[in-house]
Amino acid sequence: MKASLRLRASFLSLIMLVAFLGVWQIAVSGVGKTAAMDPEYAAMMGDSATTGKSAIPGPIDIAETIWGHLKDPFYDHGANDKGLGIQLAYSIARVGIGYTLAMIVAIPTGFLIGMSPLMNKALDPFIQLLRPVSPLAWMPLALYTIKDAGLSAIFVIFICSLWPMLINTAFGVASTRTEWLNVARTLEVGPLRRAFTIVLPAAAPTIVTGMRISIGIAWLVIVAAEMLVGGTGIGYFVWNQWNNLSLANVITSILVIGLVGMVLDQLLARAQRLVTFPE
Amino acid sequence: MTDVPSISANATRIVPRLDAVEAGATARHDKTDRFISIEGVARRFPSPEGLSTVFEDLWLPVRRGDFMCMIGHSGCGKTTVLNILAGLERPSEGVVIVDGKAIDGPSLDRAVIFQGHSLLPWRTVIGNVAYAVSSRWPKASRVEVEDRARKALATVGLAGSEHKRPYELSGGMKQRVGIARALAIEPKILLMDEPFSALDALSRGLLQDEVRRICTATGQTVFMITHDVDESIYLADRIVLMTNGPRARIAEIVENPLPKIRDRAGLHRTDGFYEIRNHLMDFLVTRSKALRDREVEGLDPRQPSIVRFPTLRQ
Ligand SMILES: Nc1ncnc2c1ncn2[C@@H]1O[C@H](COP(=O)(O)OP(=O)(O)O)[C@@H](O)[C@H]1O
Ligand SMILES: [Mg+2]
Repeated sequence: MKASLRLRASFLSLIMLVAFLGVWQIAVSGVGKTAAMDPEYAAMMGDSATTGKSAIPGPIDIAETIWGHLKDPFYDHGANDKGLGIQLAYSIARVGIGYTLAMIVAIPTGFLIGMSPLMNKALDPFIQLLRPVSPLAWMPLALYTIKDAGLSAIFVIFICSLWPMLINTAFGVASTRTEWLNVARTLEVGPLRRAFTIVLPAAAPTIVTGMRISIGIAWLVIVAAEMLVGGTGIGYFVWNQWNNLSLANVITSILVIGLVGMVLDQLLARAQRLVTFPE
Repeated sequence: MTDVPSISANATRIVPRLDAVEAGATARHDKTDRFISIEGVARRFPSPEGLSTVFEDLWLPVRRGDFMCMIGHSGCGKTTVLNILAGLERPSEGVVIVDGKAIDGPSLDRAVIFQGHSLLPWRTVIGNVAYAVSSRWPKASRVEVEDRARKALATVGLAGSEHKRPYELSGGMKQRVGIARALAIEPKILLMDEPFSALDALSRGLLQDEVRRICTATGQTVFMITHDVDESIYLADRIVLMTNGPRARIAEIVENPLPKIRDRAGLHRTDGFYEIRNHLMDFLVTRSKALRDREVEGLDPRQPSIVRFPTLRQ
């Protein structure tokens, strides 16, 4: 029954995809020459004016573009013309570095906050104030102090990944069940061993949930950050293609960004399953 | 009506002389009889109307090798007493002396079997027991730790389930793991807080048998909380009756007249069984409340009165 449900759902997805692509293709294709026109004038006006063909590329154009990128993802023809693979690699590297730094800061700090009600109360106002700030608002400050576009983007990723991990770690640690802590206490387990053998495994599902939220946000923010700082990265690529009026490349980028985001999320979903304990 | 509702005709109440020696002196002169000594303990919690007192001026001796059960209504402060004995809670006043030393926090000498099983769900059955063993003997090799854990699990009849996870076990099996974990560290004292209350009657009976067999075989000192009268009669050497709260008191200590060797199946057919059972039931039904509400003459908190029945033969 379960397998057949999955099968039927996949089938339905496929139908919807085909229908969508079909409508899209029809909507953007022209109807042939609409009016008799001076050929020179027609050439000047372009297809969209003369044949009714939309400027928005259809699925077939997109497929061609994707194929083009797949054939040569890592070419490098100077500052403004790099392969999609290279641009993605820049973005992934920035997210990876910023996110890892955030993890190194957020998880120990979250432990501290979760274990000490005093630190919790003392740091709460700062967290409450800084958390709602759009990470991009930090950009000018980062550019001014760091003086490097790439590093500033990493800093913005760091800032936006920090909060979910920090808050979830603190919450997970603070809600470690008293009965488990009491087990450790009656066994005279020291604080360090207790942190690693009781609190960490008990809080791990909540911590990894925070990490999953963070990676999602980081991947959202990197596109915007790279549009701002320019130079390299998938965000810059999208902006550059908009300036080139190459909508086929913009749509291709959207698909690729979605795909990478999905893979990142699935990786953390797997980590989540690893640390979750059934009761 | 100012007198205490009467106790069974056959029972003897031993009310110690009020001019008996000071408690400190008593502790010195019969040390073996006071392996655990709760001395003048009080526990108060902050409440909207100031401090609320769960109990105060609580005195209770437990002998070495004794199986002591405490019964009383829910909310009277039994868990609080046990937590203080475990060192998990500090008394607001008074001290608890164990084996000649005032306790100061939890200790591996006092193992606790909690009301919920409180197993660590991310560890396997043997992992849970091994965690306790390696805490008790931090220098032990891995093989040694595993060996001890395996033995403890075998004692409670869990050989073969070592690598299961807690969620795969029934309630009774989980509680067995809890017992194995407590016994594996060879504690001086075993503290149990209503360990079987969440179990069905059948597994409860089986576990009572196991616990009784293991504890009598090793001469384990046990302090166990229950609100099941039959359980206390089957298991205990002595039964402490606690009045209702707030300001609960120890009403009396009933010496169990059953012989050390007991047969569960024949328990209810033993002559005199119903007399002690009725005595305990009467206490829970009426006297537990009456004794709290009235100042009873001759009830010295330092010397809880002892009730003896003629020894029964099974
Ligand atoms: N942390 C606490 N704060 C306030 N009151 C408490 C706390 N723990 C227990 N109490 C009170 O102490 C009394 C005794 O509780 P407890 O020892 O759990 O009773 P029992 O185990 O006999 O059912 C109860 O009235 C309970 O409300
Ligand atoms: Mg209780």
